[in-house]
Amino acid sequence: MSSAAATPPLTPPVAAGAPSFVHTRRPSTLTAYRWELRKLVSQKRTYLGLGLAAILPLIFVLAQTLRNHRGHDQGNIFAAHITQSGLATPVLMLLFLSVFMLPLIAALVAGDIVAAEDGNGTLKTILTRSVDRGQVFAAKTLAAMTYATIAVFLSAAVATIAGVASWGFNSVVTFSGSIVTAPEGLLLVFAANACYLIPLLAVTAIGVLLSTTTRNSAASVVGTIGFVILLFIISGIPGLEGVKPYLLTEQFENWHGLLRTPTDWAPIGHSAWVCALYALPALFAGYLVFLRRDVAGG
Amino acid sequence: MTDEAPPVKARGLVKRYKEVLAVDRIDLNVRAGDVYGFLGPNGAGKTTTLRMALGLIVPTEGTVELFGRDPIRMGARALEGVAGFVEAPRFYPYLSARKNLELLAALDGGGARERIPEVLEIVELTPRAGHRVGGFSHGMRQRLGIAAALLRRPRLLILDEPATGLDPAGMRDMRELIRRLADEGITVLLSSHQLPEVQELCDRVAIVDRGRVVYEGALADLRRQGGAGYRLRSTDDARALAVLRAQPGIEHASGGEHGLSFQAQEPDVGALSLALARADIGILALTPELATLEDLFFRLTETNGAEPEMPVGAGVPA
Repeated sequence: MSSAAATPPLTPPVAAGAPSFVHTRRPSTLTAYRWELRKLVSQKRTYLGLGLAAILPLIFVLAQTLRNHRGHDQGNIFAAHITQSGLATPVLMLLFLSVFMLPLIAALVAGDIVAAEDGNGTLKTILTRSVDRGQVFAAKTLAAMTYATIAVFLSAAVATIAGVASWGFNSVVTFSGSIVTAPEGLLLVFAANACYLIPLLAVTAIGVLLSTTTRNSAASVVGTIGFVILLFIISGIPGLEGVKPYLLTEQFENWHGLLRTPTDWAPIGHSAWVCALYALPALFAGYLVFLRRDVAGG
Repeated sequence: MTDEAPPVKARGLVKRYKEVLAVDRIDLNVRAGDVYGFLGPNGAGKTTTLRMALGLIVPTEGTVELFGRDPIRMGARALEGVAGFVEAPRFYPYLSARKNLELLAALDGGGARERIPEVLEIVELTPRAGHRVGGFSHGMRQRLGIAAALLRRPRLLILDEPATGLDPAGMRDMRELIRRLADEGITVLLSSHQLPEVQELCDRVAIVDRGRVVYEGALADLRRQGGAGYRLRSTDDARALAVLRAQPGIEHASGGEHGLSFQAQEPDVGALSLALARADIGILALTPELATLEDLFFRLTETNGAEPEMPVGAGVPA
């Protein structure tokens, strides 16, 4: 290291009688959030999930392009009209990916975002700076939710572009069988994905909670997906029909109401408060655990 | 925060993990300007204590204050003017050294970011600043840890084994840097296994064993309490040894290749010199030798659960 004689003082001189501390402006949660995003951008793992979100619509479109659609009995109205309009593709992709793939992609980051730092010892590095634990937790939660949002809209964008490129920007059918214009259809595709984010962000909140409490990335990711699968199983158990409307997984279809004529807003309103019942306690519990936890890793 | 408050004041710190008592009622008093050595065998509770001081883990009992501020209650506000690391400093391996420092500077606020080139220069990492930390050696990470600490312009620096893993030149440079920081008025709390390093750098020490402080106070006091030793070279060592053994107040007299050694209080040494003269033995050299920190450390910590052989430091609640 540099010799003492050659370098300037390592600390600022303190004037006689002056307080020995200079109160600097503390960093905002937004600053911590920006750096959480930069960390995500710098990690290969980030692109694994986003790559899946982007490549699956391309595989789907390619497979449908090569397939002979005549004579096939399509069980879904959008599947039946897939070659009529490219806008049917993002709707179908949302149907397919919303059940397992998008929750998995969200869990990949949410389950890792605290646990990985704990395991690597970097949590102690950032918690001995000038940001409070609450700010760090908020920044990490927001970053995980941002990632889930990007994954959903990336998948939708790729599906839309690939679908439109293959089958044109045409008017599209709804679940009710009515036809909407292409611009209106595009808006509905965007809105449907936005509505789907409501339950997906609740899944993300559960991932962050598990990441905070288990301190193990793999356990958190598997635990989050395991929770989703558990709810699917519960929804299929005879005699438990009464709890079905309150299961998080049932909210994955909240956007269907948007694609009906007239628009059915009730499922969206219902999913908003049901998802809040899952997300808010998870986030609150995660926050409390994060505030009081011992950071002994690394 | 009060400027008069000591940099570190811990009272009755206890940390229990289920059945394991990691820290058992530790008191620490680090004064402004101290270079304070925190010593103990592996598993003695040093790192746990430092983690509590930095607010990383919550004490089961007791309190710790940094400049009068409790890091558990006040969070990051209590760490204003405080920097350092516990165990090995950790960074994001997928980011470069500079990006890591930019991240930490962003989380520090103020003008920390502007100091990045300067601190990289201090730890001689400027040529590697653009390289990913994942490829850094242990020593380079230690140096980056120091750089990250200096970004905060600390008044109190907490360093846990900063020289671990460094080569001899790196250790020397680290010692020089710590000395320089201390000369600039920074209080340093240094946990180290390098006892010669602590002896060279520190003016006050706390020695912990099995979670308890067995000594806290001035290093010079500890060495004095360890018993004053003397080395004697004479014109006739064989006869001088006989005189030593016969002389009241002289203990542990023994001969060796490089003269004689013994322990005694100062008045008894005066009487001894007269006795040697009466025996017609010339004194070639009579030099006091304080016990080394290493001797004292082992005496205090290798007691197999019994009370330490030495009394604890004067005025030191241990």
